[in-house]
Amino acid sequence: MRSAHRKAVLGKILVYILLLVIAIIMITPFLWMFSAAIKSDREVFKMNPFVFIPKVPKWSNYLDIWTRIPFAKFVENTVFLTVVVTILQLLTSSFAAYSFAKLRFRYRNGLFLAYIATIAMPWQVYMVPQFILMRRMGLNDKLLAIICLQAFSAFGVFLMKQFYESIPDDLCEAARIDGLSEYQIYRKIMLPLSKPALATLIIFTFVNTWNDYLGPLIYLKSQEKKTIQLGLKMFISQYSSDYGLIMAGSMLSLIPVLIVFLCFQNYFVEGVANTGLKG
Amino acid sequence: MGKMTGTSNIGQIDELQRALTETIERARVEQDDREKKKLILNIEKYNSRIDKLRSGRMISRQTRRDLIAYSFIAPNFIGFCVFTLIPIIFAFALAFMKWDGSNPVSFEGIDNFKRLWGDTFFKAAFKNTIIYCIGTVPLTMIASLALAIILNQKVFGRGIFRTLAFFPYVASLVAITSVWKLLFHPSKGPVNNILYTFFHVPQENLPQWFSGGLCVLSMILFSVWKYMGYYMVIYLAGLQGIPGELYEAAALDGAGTWNQFRYITWPQLSSTTFFVVVMLTINCFKIYDVAVMLAGGGSGELTVSATVLVYYIYQKAFIDWDLGYSSAVAMVLFVMVLLVTIIQFRGQAKKEA
Repeated sequence: MRSAHRKAVLGKILVYILLLVIAIIMITPFLWMFSAAIKSDREVFKMNPFVFIPKVPKWSNYLDIWTRIPFAKFVENTVFLTVVVTILQLLTSSFAAYSFAKLRFRYRNGLFLAYIATIAMPWQVYMVPQFILMRRMGLNDKLLAIICLQAFSAFGVFLMKQFYESIPDDLCEAARIDGLSEYQIYRKIMLPLSKPALATLIIFTFVNTWNDYLGPLIYLKSQEKKTIQLGLKMFISQYSSDYGLIMAGSMLSLIPVLIVFLCFQNYFVEGVANTGLKG
Repeated sequence: MGKMTGTSNIGQIDELQRALTETIERARVEQDDREKKKLILNIEKYNSRIDKLRSGRMISRQTRRDLIAYSFIAPNFIGFCVFTLIPIIFAFALAFMKWDGSNPVSFEGIDNFKRLWGDTFFKAAFKNTIIYCIGTVPLTMIASLALAIILNQKVFGRGIFRTLAFFPYVASLVAITSVWKLLFHPSKGPVNNILYTFFHVPQENLPQWFSGGLCVLSMILFSVWKYMGYYMVIYLAGLQGIPGELYEAAALDGAGTWNQFRYITWPQLSSTTFFVVVMLTINCFKIYDVAVMLAGGGSGELTVSATVLVYYIYQKAFIDWDLGYSSAVAMVLFVMVLLVTIIQFRGQAKKEA
């Protein structure tokens, strides 16, 4: 018995050691970023001895980045895009999903097939024709182009449809008998019930839009249209040795996403887990 | 509604109403799903006929219903059609054309695809994408499975670890790659510094992480780090679906940790693993930004040793304005993803059969 107990304790210790190593690997880049963001360029790489917080922390890095590049403009563009895309995505996909999940109408399967058919189609395959089309529509170098690009994804429709299908039909039927129109059923019954699915969609859309790089790179050319990601990349290639400033800018670009993630964490994890179970 | 009812219709309506009530009664007690569906369809038919007779309206109830349903779909579907479906059709056509975006289009047949054969840059892009995929998929899978198994046990601070593992996934690539580039900086970075100080790797042999042959390796390492948290969550969900009795029975039979993993965990997770591998493979095919940010030069251009398919699509289209050829490369990507998707559907069908 004693040896079994000892074995169990040893196992536990091993697990904790492994966990610690993984945690260090996961968190080190972030800690290093935080530390480098308040150092001067000379201190950044100083390893012997390595100090986490320098004697004279250079908090001014966080201020300088706003004046060296039009960071405020980038933030404004990104926030605008993210908010508009997220709202549009939520509205249009939950709207369409309600119809696909709860209403019976002609060509329903055909229309839904159009969505399914695009699952296997990576955006990168049709990004070029899409750009040509948008240029024709006069959307080149317009923030609107990114909105059109991100707001109507099939993903949102799938996610919401799956959730609506788990809500019993009887609920809608009862509401119909009570004389509610479909729009009222959607707004008064389905929407309040689907908060968890909406939260999942919010965080996915938010993170995707905030972090998107290739989309804005193709469409947004002029400086005052750039997003944080583009602006930061531009700054990195222009001032590649201003390490402290680069790190400060990177920290700033991470904070909103991390905050949103921490707030909606459980929905996010649930959403990912569900996509896995479905497969 | 009642105002429009003509006296001649009343008898007919009554008859239909009776048939309707009868069908409803039958539907209520019917056990067989298929029969029930049929009856429900009949109920609807009766309903719409009664409705038509009663109201004498031009638009039947069904059409009205259709219109309402379409009004729900329209906002998303119109956007989806214009910005996704049409470009997709356009992409297939473009692969057989020659076009620079402004001059007239000319039809080229399969010339674009023939050109791919002799294109060394394309071959390099294809090769790098495949190597990256072969490296990233198994490593990420193993790392995320290991992480999930550890976090599935009752350990202190499980929630915190789960959150930490997810940080790299939600963090933006630009920000996080900029740190990686500093950490792995060839001459000054802490990683090479450690190699130099503790492992006595001579200065001239220190690895140049972001140029030459090591590019793809760096991309693989980075991707494993960034994406393992995501797949870990999928595995965690899979692990929670394994019935605990299996382990209890195995423990009674004296199976050790390794045997429990080999004979219970691994087989039970086979469908999860299948899904993870498919997702990973498709995502690896689509790699672009990781390569550009880790190995790209100042303006983001990639050399032969680091180029990937999506970068080549981008370069051919938006730098060389050779749109037809770029679309041909895109078709290669599409076929790769399609193959994996077909394998997935096959696998799923097998599982359900």
